[in-house]
Amino acid sequence: MTRGMRWLVPLSVLPIVALLAYGFRTDPRDIPSPLVGRTASPFALTAFDGSSLTLSGLHGKVVVLNFWASWCNPACYDEAPVLERAWRTYRERGVVVVGVDMQDTAEAAQAFIQRFGLTFANAPDPQGKMAVEYGVYGVPETFFVARDGTIRAKHVGALTDAVIRAKLEPLL
Amino acid sequence: MIPELGAGALMVALGLAVYGSAAAGIGGRTGRAALVESAQHAALAVFALVTACLLLLAWAFLSFDFSVRYVATNTNLGTPFYYRLTAVWGALEGSIVLWAWMLSVYTLIVVLRHRNARELYPWVLSVMLGVLAFFLLVMTVPAPVFQRLTPIPADGRGLNPLLEDSGMITHPVALYLGFTGFAVPFAFAIAALVTGRVGDAWITTTRRWTITAWYFLSLGLLIGGWWSYHVLGWGGYWAWDPVENAAFMPWLTGTAFLHSVMIQERRRMLRLWNLALVIMTFALTLFGTFLTRSGIIASVHAFTQGSIGVFFLSFLAVVLVLAFGLLAWRWEALGAQGELDSVVSRESAFLLNNVLLVAATFTVFFGTVFPLLSEAMRGVKISVGAPFFNQVNVPLFLGLIFLMGVGPLIAWRRASLENLRRNFLWPVVIGIAAAAVFRLLGVRSTLAVLTLALTVFVAGTITVDLVRATRARLRIGERLPAALGGLLLRHNRRYGGFAVHLGILIVAIGVTGSQAWSVHTETTLRRGEHTDLAGYRVRFDGLAASEESNHFKVTGTFTVANGRADTTVLRPAKKFYPQEQSPIAYVDYRLGLREDVYVVLGDFARDGSQATVRLQVNRLVSWIWIGGVVLTLGTALALAPERRRTGAAQELPA
Repeated sequence: MTRGMRWLVPLSVLPIVALLAYGFRTDPRDIPSPLVGRTASPFALTAFDGSSLTLSGLHGKVVVLNFWASWCNPACYDEAPVLERAWRTYRERGVVVVGVDMQDTAEAAQAFIQRFGLTFANAPDPQGKMAVEYGVYGVPETFFVARDGTIRAKHVGALTDAVIRAKLEPLL
Repeated sequence: MIPELGAGALMVALGLAVYGSAAAGIGGRTGRAALVESAQHAALAVFALVTACLLLLAWAFLSFDFSVRYVATNTNLGTPFYYRLTAVWGALEGSIVLWAWMLSVYTLIVVLRHRNARELYPWVLSVMLGVLAFFLLVMTVPAPVFQRLTPIPADGRGLNPLLEDSGMITHPVALYLGFTGFAVPFAFAIAALVTGRVGDAWITTTRRWTITAWYFLSLGLLIGGWWSYHVLGWGGYWAWDPVENAAFMPWLTGTAFLHSVMIQERRRMLRLWNLALVIMTFALTLFGTFLTRSGIIASVHAFTQGSIGVFFLSFLAVVLVLAFGLLAWRWEALGAQGELDSVVSRESAFLLNNVLLVAATFTVFFGTVFPLLSEAMRGVKISVGAPFFNQVNVPLFLGLIFLMGVGPLIAWRRASLENLRRNFLWPVVIGIAAAAVFRLLGVRSTLAVLTLALTVFVAGTITVDLVRATRARLRIGERLPAALGGLLLRHNRRYGGFAVHLGILIVAIGVTGSQAWSVHTETTLRRGEHTDLAGYRVRFDGLAASEESNHFKVTGTFTVANGRADTTVLRPAKKFYPQEQSPIAYVDYRLGLREDVYVVLGDFARDGSQATVRLQVNRLVSWIWIGGVVLTLGTALALAPERRRTGAAQELPA
């Protein structure tokens, strides 16, 4: 190795450091979905309170579609109050929060809803069909559907007030 | 009171460490012994202060001092005594305290043992104190462990229940002893580079340090596997999680270093390479800490916290650029004095071992940072999972096992046909025969057959060597026990190494067996019903609830019968911690040499009439832990004081 070339050895660590530094700018939970930008696929669910819940029925509203389960700890427990807060804050501005309960027993799910005093619509996804259609890897995952019915964003992991605000405000 | 005392002690320690590092460096450069001496005093004071911090923190935990934020977040009035102690290092801030404390202990030992390593010592001290200063800085700025909490809460939040396990005292301690241990060879390497004494002195001096650090790292990994196996309740011990990888990478390069130094000792080759390896190993231990603490990559282990990642990354960058810069500066002095004579030789076997280990490190690194890479390059976040790591690493590890057989026996420089025949004929024959036997016994997986046959081959080489050496001693009239014992003690490095290899082989058998032959099932049982798996009949007998000091526990009773008379009762449970909201599984199992029966309690009916259970029969997993014990014995033997030059049998040809 020539005299000059050998100084490349210490310099060669810089790209690796740069790559790791880039990691600070990204959020490991922010997983892009191929569904972003597409029309949300229609669903028809029966909510826990017995009412029927369809995407077409929500046309013209901004829909926060949240997949959860009572066994999902701690993320779903962390975000349940956040969702409830968002629902109360934004309902007057044309936002609907829909919780879809995955792979769960009705009893455990009801207990979960009661525990956090959730007042937004929650429905089970009995055959897991909807989760498949939305390409859900795990819970919690949340889709933000614009008024025209297209999916505008997806968030993996527990929501925070800041995330909800950032994703919702542009859609209002 | 404790927060102020602790924070004060930390500040003073930080100041002293910075001063000591500078003083030792200047002393080394100018040859002023007084400065080095003063740095030495600083090192002792730092040790005392960090020890005081650790004790203060422990006291804060034991006395439930919730005015310390860290105590309030990681313990509550119900936390049992034992776990209040382990909680000291149960989360980010405390783990750094433990880390710094170990580093200060190592620095102390360096002062006590290596004061006479004249030219190198000042620089070693300077580097050790420099690294220590960094950790003290982390403890003061981004992760202030003694931060006050106002108003003082009546009760704390409580320890993460997954950490309420005996493994939590040993796993982090062993792992950190390993991580910090590599700071010493690194400090010696830097000292060698700075002073230009890049000969073999630093390697000989640090041999024990390297082995010790390597051993603790191995132990930390194994105990981590054990913790995952018996606490996490998914029946596995390794998941290629980024944080596991972070501990595995320095183990790989450390292993490479342990082997390549032997070539330098013997043949004066690979100087540059050894320095690079030790720098890489140390950097990877930092990288591991960075990865666990920065939260840049999603992982089950990550404790994500603000600015600490930036600190670690900056330090990592400084270490790498400076160390490799020194390497480039000394480039000329690092040329090889020996040469590779033949491809068929011990040197090349060791070289290949290094290539494979470094290749494995690279693939693990690549797989770990891949989500970042793909996002930076293509804007898409893709994770690579266990299949990638397994696919790439399994062939490398098979190659390493093969070399484990070849390396220690093949001749230096150039192996003659006679040497090869003498050493390897029988092991190869036995290995092939073993492959045939395993096939006939119905082992269908080619990978399993290959691994087991290779294992037999390596065990064969060890046996050949041991038998031959013992025979030589018997021939001169020693008795068998004396001959064997004398051999082990007098050539303790060699036979310690063999025992470590044997330990690794046993681990390999455990990994192969559990991957190839484990079975599991998941089912819901009513009380009195049973399910069958792999010759076991498991009956659900009922549920019982109990109130523990800091949680509520529901225990299931399952009777396991294996067709013969022998039955076992297993009691897996679910623990409900008030601060966790959802239950933590408590696994129960019966360990066996051949297989473990492993039961996890799932959902259950409140009245105890039915329960869902996950039942696993995990094959050969115990071998992994047994391998760890053998590895421990081997390391102890390798570290024992050398006796080669004493005793009656000095005339014996080596």
